[in-house]
Amino acid sequence: MRIIQEKQIIDTVAKLAIDANYYLPYDVVAVIKEFAKKERNKKAKNGLFKIIENYKKAKKGIYPLCQDTGIAVVFVEIGNNVCINGDIYRAINKGIEIGYEKGYLRKSTTEPLKRKNFGTNTPAIIHLEVVPGSKIKISLMTKGAGAENKSNIKMFTPTEDIEEIIQFVIDTVKNAGASACPPYIIGVGIGGNFETAPLLAKKALLRNIKDFNKNKEIANLEKLLLKRINELKIGAFGFGGDTTAIAVKVETMPCHIASLPVAVNIQCHSARHKTIII
Amino acid sequence: MKKITTPLTMDVIEDLEAGDEVYINGKIYTMRDEAHKRIAEMITNKQKLPFDLKNQVVYYCGPTPAKDGHIIGSCGPTTSSRMDKYTPLLLKNGLKGMIGKGERSVEVKDAIKKYKAVYFSALGGLGALYADNIKQAKVIAFPELGPEAIYELEVEDFYAIVINDAHGNDYYVMNQYN
Repeated sequence: MRIIQEKQIIDTVAKLAIDANYYLPYDVVAVIKEFAKKERNKKAKNGLFKIIENYKKAKKGIYPLCQDTGIAVVFVEIGNNVCINGDIYRAINKGIEIGYEKGYLRKSTTEPLKRKNFGTNTPAIIHLEVVPGSKIKISLMTKGAGAENKSNIKMFTPTEDIEEIIQFVIDTVKNAGASACPPYIIGVGIGGNFETAPLLAKKALLRNIKDFNKNKEIANLEKLLLKRINELKIGAFGFGGDTTAIAVKVETMPCHIASLPVAVNIQCHSARHKTIII
Repeated sequence: MKKITTPLTMDVIEDLEAGDEVYINGKIYTMRDEAHKRIAEMITNKQKLPFDLKNQVVYYCGPTPAKDGHIIGSCGPTTSSRMDKYTPLLLKNGLKGMIGKGERSVEVKDAIKKYKAVYFSALGGLGALYADNIKQAKVIAFPELGPEAIYELEVEDFYAIVINDAHGNDYYVMNQYN
């Protein structure tokens, strides 16, 4: 049994919170550059190159990439041979609180109805999963509200044609329009049930932006969706052009014979996430 | 590229067209959801407002905290549509410009035309870049709202694009169907 101290988790999460908000992942930067070079609409092209400028400015450590430093979504894969000396939930929330304070990040968590801001950006949204091994893998995603507000779930009937599902994804992006900071990365979760389909969609956003689903059929669906979404011509910042989305990630899981949930999680171009393995 | 100064005069507003790129200079005021709600209530109750809306420009923004020695933190635009239900009332009371991101409701677009105002989009998600364009920042109302307080910002060459002009044009619509 490997023992990991609560303090180590606090420090790791605090670092993740700061790093995720100041450093855009390299794979995201690379893909945005590729799309910027190809873009034919002048204003959109200019905007895409400004995303790269913004990334360079933020990594100097004075200004976070975006003022919406998000609600912290933390995915933890904990090895079954790991014993934590302390409370993992408390440790993660403490790490978030410290990271958001030290990193001069905006605190956005609030009581839902009275709208009182807690001032700590906690509680984080935490997903724990037990896996084989002796390590802990912590991924932190800082999810802004603009894109989250435009995300959607639909419970399809099992005999629905795939074209209907494609149309639902496209309609969700169309509805997001210029509001959720395009170009987007689109996470799609197909299957599971009412709570797992959105979780699949969200987890899909953690994948490397350049990869495709290992299942060939699903990989083809990802390519088709990206093509169809870019035919919408919403474009970067809503200024028109070729770059409404830069990637589509689809994940599937088994579901009930009577059910076919489909969830679409929209990610803005500032796709901030980071992973550390302890 | 057009260089404009706040408060906005009717000449400037009439001259702006959907799709124009502008550099905004002068004072602008940050307002988000809760500030809108409160200002709308103050207007309804005929109370004195923290700043005179006449010919002014509001910016839908809630910045990150400023690091020591810096004026402001990251400060890009938030989604405008959440403010839609309050915007016509503000326009009726003299507001002339709004900076945010994303589409507005039919009611807001009609009010922009009726009251001769203009809606700009800043570049969403580029809050670090915009920090350079802020020369002064001070909280003038609702400090208890933290990032959602009303800040008076002095801006210099703040980049934005005209989305809805006073003539009824919508740049998002023009783009996607042309």
